[in-house]
Amino acid sequence: MLQRTPFYDKHLANQGRMVEFAGYEMPLQFEGIIAEHNRVRTTVGVFDVSHMGRIKVFGKDRFAFVNRVTTNDVAALQLFQAQYSVFCYPDGGIVDDLVVYNLPDCILLVVNGANNQKDTEWLLANKFGDVTIENKTKEIAQLAVQGPKAEMVLQKITDINLSPIKFYWAAEAKVAGVSMLISRTGYTGEDGFELYLDARYASSVWDAIFDAGKDFAIAPIGLGARDTLRLEMKYCLYGNDIDKTTNPLEAGLGFVTKLDKKEGFIGCEALKIIKEKGLSRKLVGFEMIGNAIPRPHYEIFKDSEKIGFVTSGTLSPSLKKGIGLGYVKTDFSSVGQELQINIRGTNAPAIVVKTPFYKQGTRK
Amino acid sequence: MSRILEELKYTKTHEWVKIDGDIATVGITDFAQEQLSDIVYVDLGSIGKHVKQGDAFGTIEAVKAVSDLYAPVSGEIIAVNEDLRTSPDLVNKEPYEKGWMVKIKISDVEELKNLLDAKGYEELIGNSSH
Repeated sequence: MLQRTPFYDKHLANQGRMVEFAGYEMPLQFEGIIAEHNRVRTTVGVFDVSHMGRIKVFGKDRFAFVNRVTTNDVAALQLFQAQYSVFCYPDGGIVDDLVVYNLPDCILLVVNGANNQKDTEWLLANKFGDVTIENKTKEIAQLAVQGPKAEMVLQKITDINLSPIKFYWAAEAKVAGVSMLISRTGYTGEDGFELYLDARYASSVWDAIFDAGKDFAIAPIGLGARDTLRLEMKYCLYGNDIDKTTNPLEAGLGFVTKLDKKEGFIGCEALKIIKEKGLSRKLVGFEMIGNAIPRPHYEIFKDSEKIGFVTSGTLSPSLKKGIGLGYVKTDFSSVGQELQINIRGTNAPAIVVKTPFYKQGTRK
Repeated sequence: MSRILEELKYTKTHEWVKIDGDIATVGITDFAQEQLSDIVYVDLGSIGKHVKQGDAFGTIEAVKAVSDLYAPVSGEIIAVNEDLRTSPDLVNKEPYEKGWMVKIKISDVEELKNLLDAKGYEELIGNSSH
């Protein structure tokens, strides 16, 4: 039985085309992927991201625990600060990627919807000390308001000044009269906020945001545009670009993998060995030369040698050309490297580029 | 609700066919373009190519996915819609009109029996529930 988020009725009212995603009925698109993509790049759009998992960790040992199960350094997190991070298996493979929030009474972990149950079980299996783990996915609704006009829209209905909130910081505020956590985070490359609120108030908060945004042509955005927006930024998608067979170093997530963390973390020793030996492959971003569009699982060649495979691909609505991510042998991973993507039997030329693909994002 | 034109023939793979003497004009249905959405590139092969009924002879790239175009009849491709090179979104906007894809000179009229009529296609896509 598919689940529904608290915004399900809003999606139907907006004629969203509903699809199954992470066990939920979610909107793939409303007016169209390209139009929605461009709206977020130029004004503002609203994503229902309530399908994501929200897990709270309580107890006085919560910092030591989360530090042990995530690759990034939780000790560096100040109150109301957020950080991108990764859960690893002991062999260095990726359990999931996530955002960690340090809140007054708990640490909030925001994980991929499809991994919510797996992650919760994995956390419980690795729990130690004075720690309580509570999955709050059902009780908390989550919205992402993204785009260069996001702050202007939300400021109209928020009781605190939003401008001092820096990228990857959060605050408690009343939005449309409802107390909630608001953070300057997102998955689009644009400025924007994510709101975490009591699911019972989901409908009234949605309405207030759309009312506040009507002068900015605010509109709901589906999963299709969420994918093209994140891909233009080279943000990894679990299940495509990262999974248990990939490690954070080869995925380009070394910047959140603190191998020198004093207490270590699950997977740290394996990753140290992998790093010492040298990476055999790396996740790169490439652009097509010509009309072709890369898709996941297409093979990557250098002349007659198979050197890797595509993990994500699309037509970039902003760049108007085919872009993709893929793992290639390290020797072929430098910017400027010419490659070929095998598109149903035909080798189409591509070139490794510096990422993000889209460089004009308003992300702060 | 997807538009289905009474006077056309259809395939189970969501192409439409307009028969005019021994010439078949081919495109994809309104239902198909809705499902694909945001068509960004079409590759229709070249004039002079011979195709067989049911063969994949072209590709349609949408933002989200790629799909094949199947020949509804056997014959020779005698025209391709050049406008789709620069405006592939015509397939989304006018699937039965300016979004046509190729014209095929039919080599075996007997094959037309294998196509669906409007009613048959409507049943295929279960339009009543859309």
